[in-house]
Amino acid sequence: MTLLELKDISYKVTGKEILSGLSLSIGTGEVHALLGTNGTGKSTLAYLVMGCEGYRPSSGEIMFAGELINSLKIHERAKLGITMAWQEPVRFEGIAVRDYLVLKDKNIDPAHYLEMVGLHSELYLHRMVDKSLSGGERKRIELASILALSPKLAILDEPDSGIDMLSTQDIVNVISAFKNNSASVLLITHREEIVLIADKASQICNGRVVCSGDPEKVAEYYKARKCLVCDGEVCAYV
Amino acid sequence: MSDLDALMKAFGEAGGDKAILENNEIAHLVASGHKLLSMKSVGGLEVDAKETLTGISVRVTVKEVVRIKNPAHLCFGVLHNKGTQRIKMDVKLEKDSSAHFIAHCIFPKAEKIRHIMDAVVEVGEGAEMRYSETHFHGLYGGIEVVPKSVVTVARNGRYFTDFTLTTGRVGKLDIDYSVEAGENAVTELTARVFGHANDAIKIKEKVVLAGENSRGLIKTRVALEDEAEAEVTGITEGNAAGARGHVDCMEIVKDNAVAKAIPIVNVTNPLAKVTHEAAIGSVDKRQMETLMAHGLTPEEAVDVIVKGILK
Repeated sequence: MTLLELKDISYKVTGKEILSGLSLSIGTGEVHALLGTNGTGKSTLAYLVMGCEGYRPSSGEIMFAGELINSLKIHERAKLGITMAWQEPVRFEGIAVRDYLVLKDKNIDPAHYLEMVGLHSELYLHRMVDKSLSGGERKRIELASILALSPKLAILDEPDSGIDMLSTQDIVNVISAFKNNSASVLLITHREEIVLIADKASQICNGRVVCSGDPEKVAEYYKARKCLVCDGEVCAYV
Repeated sequence: MSDLDALMKAFGEAGGDKAILENNEIAHLVASGHKLLSMKSVGGLEVDAKETLTGISVRVTVKEVVRIKNPAHLCFGVLHNKGTQRIKMDVKLEKDSSAHFIAHCIFPKAEKIRHIMDAVVEVGEGAEMRYSETHFHGLYGGIEVVPKSVVTVARNGRYFTDFTLTTGRVGKLDIDYSVEAGENAVTELTARVFGHANDAIKIKEKVVLAGENSRGLIKTRVALEDEAEAEVTGITEGNAAGARGHVDCMEIVKDNAVAKAIPIVNVTNPLAKVTHEAAIGSVDKRQMETLMAHGLTPEEAVDVIVKGILK
């Protein structure tokens, strides 16, 4: 059953087309990896699905669980079950990790979610979600907070960037946890070993999906650094 | 109800722990308006307090090498809706002593009240003083708070102060703190204020790093809404080799509020270093989006962010 469906999405900024007739669908409980070189529109797509300020499709439809959500604001989409972990999570002064994890639901056990992302709860629960955390620690805490929300769709924008290679297994565990919860994941990544745990993958090139299907094949396509659809003429970034 | 009971009732309603008055191991001083209501000292802490025509005069001495175990509580307030309370404080921490003072300033019905504090503080060699001041004001905004302190911190001394006014209306606030730090001395001044309606906030804090390797931090957090106005001046002077200072001011502005930050850094010794950062503006967009993606409404998100910076 389709949970998220993007129909012919275009998005322009000051006349420049960032996304161009992009279509993509993600089923319930599906982990869908999104590949593409820098500047091809992956994060823009994530912001459009989340409904960030200034990110509304110039044309096309974003359907979530059968509902058109183009005009909904972020918190309205969050209430439907969409959430997102940004590539570089912001810091919050004066908010303890414990409080951050229970922002929406005071009844969850924050320690459990910290352990799920490979952090020892006793060392982190009382720390602040501020500049005192390293980039990798902050990312893990963000992932824990997203897990704690039990979303229907989690958008993970490069969850592996800034996290040491040895900890890739932690990211894999997080994605598996979403899957076990029957949540769908839109996963933006550059790492092949992360792509391979997805159920499906798509490559974006120049603002549109140029290849979609088996993650292994899409990863091969990505590694070849040559867009067969555009044949190097349109894909300025490939 | 006696004045003491009334003040302690207001103190309890503001979140204070009334049991501190009963505890023989905790020093306290309670004054309402011009009247001294209760006082208790502990070993090594000398307190000489007098009623004056306009308020209270207090002289506090922490004797050499004495470390006061529990924080000493100073509870000042005016329970009436009008009046003036002038507190004069002389505090001296002798060599290698330490103490933590917690001041509770309570004005629950303030309609036309002036609370003036003039403090002179001497932190002796190797001594450490912490001073936390929390205000509980009512909802009328008819209060003027004018705290002024001149502090000297001797060699290897440490001085930390934390001013919080985040409950009720601010009214008119005019802080003027000045600290001179000697060799290897450390000083940190923190202020957190939440202004509403037509509150007028003026904060001036100055740290002079006079001694070699002295350290200073001025940290100010202000949130403003409605028509409130704030002007924050953080001054740090680096006048000795190895001195390090930083001024960190953040002001969040909502509605028609107006904020101004004036960081002044002045270095007269080439081996000293002073830095500053000031951020004024509406609530950070990315922080808002992140919290909204967690399911919070925009109003809830602003509340969480503002409470965080004022914590």
